[in-house]
Amino acid sequence: MTETALLEFRAVNTHYGAVHILKDVDLAIYPGEMVCLLGGNASGKSTTLKTLLGMVTPTSGEVLLDGEVVNDKPTSYRVTNGVTMVPENRRLFKRLTVKENLELGAYLRDDKEGIEEDLENIYELFPRVKERLSQKSGTLSGGEQQMVAIGRALMSRPRVLLMDEPSMGLAPALVQQNFELIQQIHEEGVAIFMVEQNANMALSIADRGWVLQTGRVVLDDTAEALLSNPELRSSYLGES
Amino acid sequence: MMSTSLAPRKLFDQNWKRIIFWGSICALSQVFICLVGLPAELDRRILIKSTLSLGYLFIIWVPLVFGYVVSKMVELEGIENPKPGPADLLSGAVTGLLGGLGLVILMLGIDNFDLRDPLLNWNPRLFRLLTFENGIGFGSMVWLLSGVGLGTLGAALHQMTSRIRKMIAYATFGLFILAVLEDVIDDLSEGLRLEWLSDMIYDKKGGVTVTSAIVIAVVLALIPMVTRGKIKEKVTQYRSNEEPGDQQRNSIILFALVAVVFLVLPWFLGGIVNELLANVGLFLLLALGLNIVVGLAGLLDLGYVAFFAVGGYTTAVFTSPNSPWFSPETHFGISLLAVVVMATLAGLLIGAPVIRMRGDYLAIVTLGFGEIIRLLFLSDWLKPYLGGSQGITNIPGIDLGPWEVRGADPRSVFYMVLAFCVLAIYVSWRLQGSRLGRAWMAIREDESVAEVMGINTVNSKLMAFVVGAVLASFSGAVLAAKVGSVFPKSFEILVSIIILVVVIVGGMGSITGVMVGSLVLIGILGGPRQPGLLQEFQNYKLLIYGALLVFMMLKRPEGLVPTARRTRELHQEEYLQDAWLGDDDSDQQEEAGERV
Repeated sequence: MTETALLEFRAVNTHYGAVHILKDVDLAIYPGEMVCLLGGNASGKSTTLKTLLGMVTPTSGEVLLDGEVVNDKPTSYRVTNGVTMVPENRRLFKRLTVKENLELGAYLRDDKEGIEEDLENIYELFPRVKERLSQKSGTLSGGEQQMVAIGRALMSRPRVLLMDEPSMGLAPALVQQNFELIQQIHEEGVAIFMVEQNANMALSIADRGWVLQTGRVVLDDTAEALLSNPELRSSYLGES
Repeated sequence: MMSTSLAPRKLFDQNWKRIIFWGSICALSQVFICLVGLPAELDRRILIKSTLSLGYLFIIWVPLVFGYVVSKMVELEGIENPKPGPADLLSGAVTGLLGGLGLVILMLGIDNFDLRDPLLNWNPRLFRLLTFENGIGFGSMVWLLSGVGLGTLGAALHQMTSRIRKMIAYATFGLFILAVLEDVIDDLSEGLRLEWLSDMIYDKKGGVTVTSAIVIAVVLALIPMVTRGKIKEKVTQYRSNEEPGDQQRNSIILFALVAVVFLVLPWFLGGIVNELLANVGLFLLLALGLNIVVGLAGLLDLGYVAFFAVGGYTTAVFTSPNSPWFSPETHFGISLLAVVVMATLAGLLIGAPVIRMRGDYLAIVTLGFGEIIRLLFLSDWLKPYLGGSQGITNIPGIDLGPWEVRGADPRSVFYMVLAFCVLAIYVSWRLQGSRLGRAWMAIREDESVAEVMGINTVNSKLMAFVVGAVLASFSGAVLAAKVGSVFPKSFEILVSIIILVVVIVGGMGSITGVMVGSLVLIGILGGPRQPGLLQEFQNYKLLIYGALLVFMMLKRPEGLVPTARRTRELHQEEYLQDAWLGDDDSDQQEEAGERV
């Protein structure tokens, strides 16, 4: 591809103390794509997200944002430039109101009109959130919390949304709707990078996928190819 | 609710085990209070002439409260909710009786054994107090009867209609406050040329006279009769109807009113009360600073006194001619600039290494740093510069052209402190709604997610430290000018703890709460070294502070004047329960699913 990747890893290695987590990982996320990262426990999925967002600094290799090396740039720089994360388990500010949560999503922006506009968009997307604006977010149901978490992330006008286990902790009935919601956001032009346990569901909507194993990328292919990959089917999709 | 419940229990249908348990605790508390020395020490403070002293009050409130508690527990016990009746009164009476029995045993003990060695207050003075100098027989009679009486009265509080209960509460609390505030009211009436008023209420030797006590109690009891809850209605109506903009305007008007009162009041008050107000102001300034650090940013800083000390010492070095090393003898205004610089540096220096710690670790490390700063001021190493344990003396007052702020004129100190407090309140108020304020809130709630939002957590936390440090250093600067000298021992760890208690008791994160907290705690009980209105409490200050803190944590963790948010947080369970009751959960989830 000639297009510049929105986010890219070039031979990234990370360490927690002496523990080597990511080993020579190469990744690229292009604008408007939907990609997913699969992997078992302790394979380095969360570390990948944290490194993309700048909360973990790689020990070697390069992290690129729009083709620029951003290894030394803080998280705020990346958020300003369109990289946003929806944390695992949603992690709302439970004791703050829904409105305050949404406003904190736009923390780095100072265009008042734009923020108002985006708030309206979110109310349109989630009418239920609008009803609960002054309620403490910790009192919402799981589904509602998910809406607020995604709304909060959208408030920074992301170009790429990093999602850490979006379906974790949701009632089974909600998982399907959650994926539909992610697709809907994707259709509005936001690239999605999703770390997901529910490999089947994730691959069915994604364009491409990677499989991490103990910090190494062992598979890198289109979603369709991965879905039909017998090795993957046996290890992640629960089929023998 | 009460009227629909079942018939009263039979008189002797009691949970004796529970009554004996609470009765013994009642007895132990009374004996403990006696042996701590509160009654003997506080007997000098007369509340109602020749009837009640503060010392006796400390014994008699115990059976009253326990009587109330025990009968309430009986009432709530079980699923059936029997109508309150004589059975509850009996349980209260027995509890009070057991309490009185405790005192009888104590009297017999003091009479027959000598335990003065470990127990300082096991002495004839306490004995005379308990027996009313009339022998054990008389004393026992009085305490047993009053125990029964007060216990029954406590239990009876449940059976009265709420209006009568309110009347009693108004009368007793009003009278208590009137008696406790005797000095202030005396002082104020003198300033207002209303001496006849205080002469009428109070006896010359202290204490309210019996006749005026009765008159005042009746008048106070009539207040709820006349108003019949109309005031409360008005207030809630006023609060609920207002638009947010109006509310803000109203709170500004309220603040302006309070400010005017505080501007005018000192002219009608004498030296002692002004001195008290100045101390309250100094601690309010400290508490407002700590409120930003702990209440808004959620950083538990136990070494806060360090910044207080930095402010005091910087002022001393820059203004005092006696400063051993560097004495430019500048004006207070110029030294204040130095204070800001030094406090900022101190905030950054202490903040930078500890800011990466979280929660308990932060508390412990700041505790250490607070002590390190004090020990540095005390050390021989810095003695040539800062005077070691001799400190720095001869700090001049603040020369403000037409008038001078100095310790001998507490009114001027009060105005000076007031100016700084207004500044601090304005800064806190503006910061709460600012971007930085929102960042602090987010960090307090969940630091990792705050980082994900793009908040620079390290910088924001350092800012909280620095703002808090500068406010504390202002307080230190005024203290130095007021007292005229600084010593390391003025900056003990106790100061940090007392400020924290003020913030917690007042209501964390709430500016009004912090104001009320410092007025009540510092004004009435006194600061770590400053006497309060009840100077007799001097030796028991820490005991009372501790008891108050425990009580507040158990019964009202959100503080005296909480912010709406804190109330929500701490009563979340009730809140959630309401939410669940109002909205069936499974229903809710399905609905949420449909909407997604």
